[in-house]
Amino acid sequence: MARKPATKAEKSALSNIPELSKDEELKAYRDMLLIRRFEEKAGQMYGMGLIGGFCHLYIGQEAVVTGITMASQKGDAQITGYRDHGHMLVMGLDPKRVMAELTGRQGGLSKGKGGSMHMFSNEHRFYGGNGIVGAQVSLGTGLAFAAKYRGDNSVSITYFGDGAANQGQVYESFNMAKLWNLPVVYIIENNRYAMGTSVERATAQQDFSKRGLSFNIQGEQVDGMDVRMVHDAARRAIDHVRDGKGPYILEMMTYRYRGHSMSDPAKYRSKDEVTTMRAEHDPIEQVKNRILEKRYGTEDSLKAIETEVRALVTEAADFATADTEPAPSELWTDIYADA
Amino acid sequence: MPNILMPALSPTMEEGKLSKWLVKVGDTVKPGDVLAEIETDKATMEVESVDSGKVTSILVPEGTEGVKVNTPIALVLDEGEAAPTAEAVKDPSPGADAPTSPPGGEVEQSAAAVTPLPGGRGPSEARGEGALPAAPATPAPHFIPAADPDLPAGVEMVEMTVRQALNEAMAEEMRRDEDVFVMGEEVAEYQGAYKITQGLLQEFGPQRVVDTPITEHGFAGIGVGAAFAGLRPIVEFMTWNFAMQAIDQIINSAAKQLYMSGGQVHAPIVFRGPNGVASRVGAQHSQDYSAWYSHVPGLYVVAPFSAADAKGLLKSAIRSNNPIVFLENEILYGSTGLVPKVDDFLLPIGKARLARAGKDVTIVSFSMGMRYATQATEKLVAAGVDVELIDLRTLRPMDSATVIESVKKTGRLVTVEEGWPQGGIGAELCARVVAEAFDYLDAPPTRVTGKDVPMPYAANLEKLALPNVDEVVAAVNAVTYRGG
Ligand SMILES: Cc1ncc(C[n+]2csc(CCOP(=O)(O)OP(=O)(O)O)c2C)c(N)n1
Ligand SMILES: [Mg+2]
Repeated sequence: MARKPATKAEKSALSNIPELSKDEELKAYRDMLLIRRFEEKAGQMYGMGLIGGFCHLYIGQEAVVTGITMASQKGDAQITGYRDHGHMLVMGLDPKRVMAELTGRQGGLSKGKGGSMHMFSNEHRFYGGNGIVGAQVSLGTGLAFAAKYRGDNSVSITYFGDGAANQGQVYESFNMAKLWNLPVVYIIENNRYAMGTSVERATAQQDFSKRGLSFNIQGEQVDGMDVRMVHDAARRAIDHVRDGKGPYILEMMTYRYRGHSMSDPAKYRSKDEVTTMRAEHDPIEQVKNRILEKRYGTEDSLKAIETEVRALVTEAADFATADTEPAPSELWTDIYADA
Repeated sequence: MPNILMPALSPTMEEGKLSKWLVKVGDTVKPGDVLAEIETDKATMEVESVDSGKVTSILVPEGTEGVKVNTPIALVLDEGEAAPTAEAVKDPSPGADAPTSPPGGEVEQSAAAVTPLPGGRGPSEARGEGALPAAPATPAPHFIPAADPDLPAGVEMVEMTVRQALNEAMAEEMRRDEDVFVMGEEVAEYQGAYKITQGLLQEFGPQRVVDTPITEHGFAGIGVGAAFAGLRPIVEFMTWNFAMQAIDQIINSAAKQLYMSGGQVHAPIVFRGPNGVASRVGAQHSQDYSAWYSHVPGLYVVAPFSAADAKGLLKSAIRSNNPIVFLENEILYGSTGLVPKVDDFLLPIGKARLARAGKDVTIVSFSMGMRYATQATEKLVAAGVDVELIDLRTLRPMDSATVIESVKKTGRLVTVEEGWPQGGIGAELCARVVAEAFDYLDAPPTRVTGKDVPMPYAANLEKLALPNVDEVVAAVNAVTYRGG
């Protein structure tokens, strides 16, 4: 029983499809393309042995983080799991430093000590980069607790997967978030699989937007392959929580093209399924077609963006390859904060 | 534009078979197009084009086995791009050692992207989180376990991996007792994230081989409850790192049940999965829980090194009426050993194994630590030190009698483990030896451990964080007062 994001889109509110402005479309295009090309390069570098351990690519899901970040404000906090490269890039962090973290070099965002799954940014209030499935949901709720405590008008944007949505601490967090009216938007990135387990095989209530119902948390399903829908829903949800109305759930219907991590043979789904999603729902192609249709850009101007993005990625890869490993003394630093 | 290189599917992959070309010379390809299929013993994957261009030559014919990672396999040129010189094509790309600068010249060396190949293909190792990233820091030593005394003389020994040994142990016990079942993440349809449960679903069906959602605390508790009610669950944690979500049910519910019910209700359950340091997976995925669980009365804690011990001890664990924490090691899964071919190979829980008898120094270790200890022993013996090497195999109950008897003979103790030093297994051994064999000691008991830091990701730091063979040799040299 395949669930098609396209049909979910209708539920995502509004009979009129919310449009993006020219600048927004162009920005979305560039940001998503940067993630796509960066991840492809990361995949290549993994293949060359430059990146080790686990490397989870965001390819296919670019519209989610792009649309949501466009709707958030500076000062809002974000947190996610291990599939985090795209989040770093869309926030404007230097691709060189993201890639250098993947290769474990000193110029990496965590000085090479964290790796692909553990990247953070105080400046952008990005709290990771978390390896334990579901843990970020309580942590993100804690970020919202702090926002309310301080009254600083920020919100917490907490991302997690369809698999993570089954962890117990998610519901403990939902309860407290509503009980205390915390400013948190829960983004469930439903890419239909948790490793090799499809949603159907792991989940009693497959409509994740309803997972907050028994706590009186409002939720909606969104076409997560269409950056306009993501942006529109995110704006609505963020406004809701910033207005002090408590938590909100967005279930993003999305899809990951690649395996769970680099060496997942992905026998749990058909090739057709992947091909169809890529051919019919690709988030980048959708934006590209609109840009051309509405004459927001030309083939040539889009090519120029592509060239700029490729240069950035190449530069990042070169830096991450040439940069030195952390000094041996780094083994013993950052264990405790200064007193 | 790129030379397409043979990609690695995981950091441990060194070569693979180029099973099929899906493009031919002259074809135009764009990003995402599948160029070829490659196969290892573990998986079949597709090689995808990252760029667009024209296939101008195929350098490795299909069907070629043993193609080394990073070998150029095809040439794809951008429209209008000149073919590179033959030399540039042949130029081997940087190997496993991280290259420090991109190769000069016009030819950009570029590996193609690898995508998983969906659809029912022949047997392949389904590894999820299981990128099995681990390139073992040290190669597997030649290690033949001493025959346990009660084996019939001349028994046939079969070579198998630790993975097979664990798999056989579960299958045999499931055949023997219908109350035994397995549950955990990806244990059934995916055949196990690390393939330890491979084939069990096919043999025993979904009632007894149960895929769970990602809900460690919940399914650990469900397992314990089922054990209270008389079943014999084997609960697999994808890795022990994730069992921290479930530790309350393991300790508060399983370990203490018999005691607090005054002997009425017991929990015959095995919690198992890979423990310890994997390779390059960072702080949250690389940790040794040996000391943690060995602290808890009411639990048995088993941590085998060899394939034979893995099999014999897991079978005993499944039959035990007590809750058992069974700590495997991802890096050891693929290592082979000889396993006796007997109908029902059971080994006693709580008994250490004398791996080598000697008189100069006692080295005690377990699980992955045995690999360092064994290699150090080989070096030390070659240098004239008569090492006695003990594999604890079980951490609780700890066989201190065997260790103390040995130290009374050698007067020196070196312990080896991957875990952190404070409150570790080595710390416990030292305390027991000091308390019970103080007068026999000729040197302070000494520990070799993982460093007292969270596991870093960077390759160089990770290496530094781990114990190694040289540290074991140095510790032995120190306690035997030999110049290093
Ligand atoms: C507590 C815990 N259990 C298991 C794992 C292993 N694991 C890592 S990712 C993953 C699947 C998660 O799927 P989902 O939440 O849908 O996110 P996606 O990977 O699809 O982005 C699993 C089981 C883990 N990291 N942490
Ligand atoms: Mg998922």
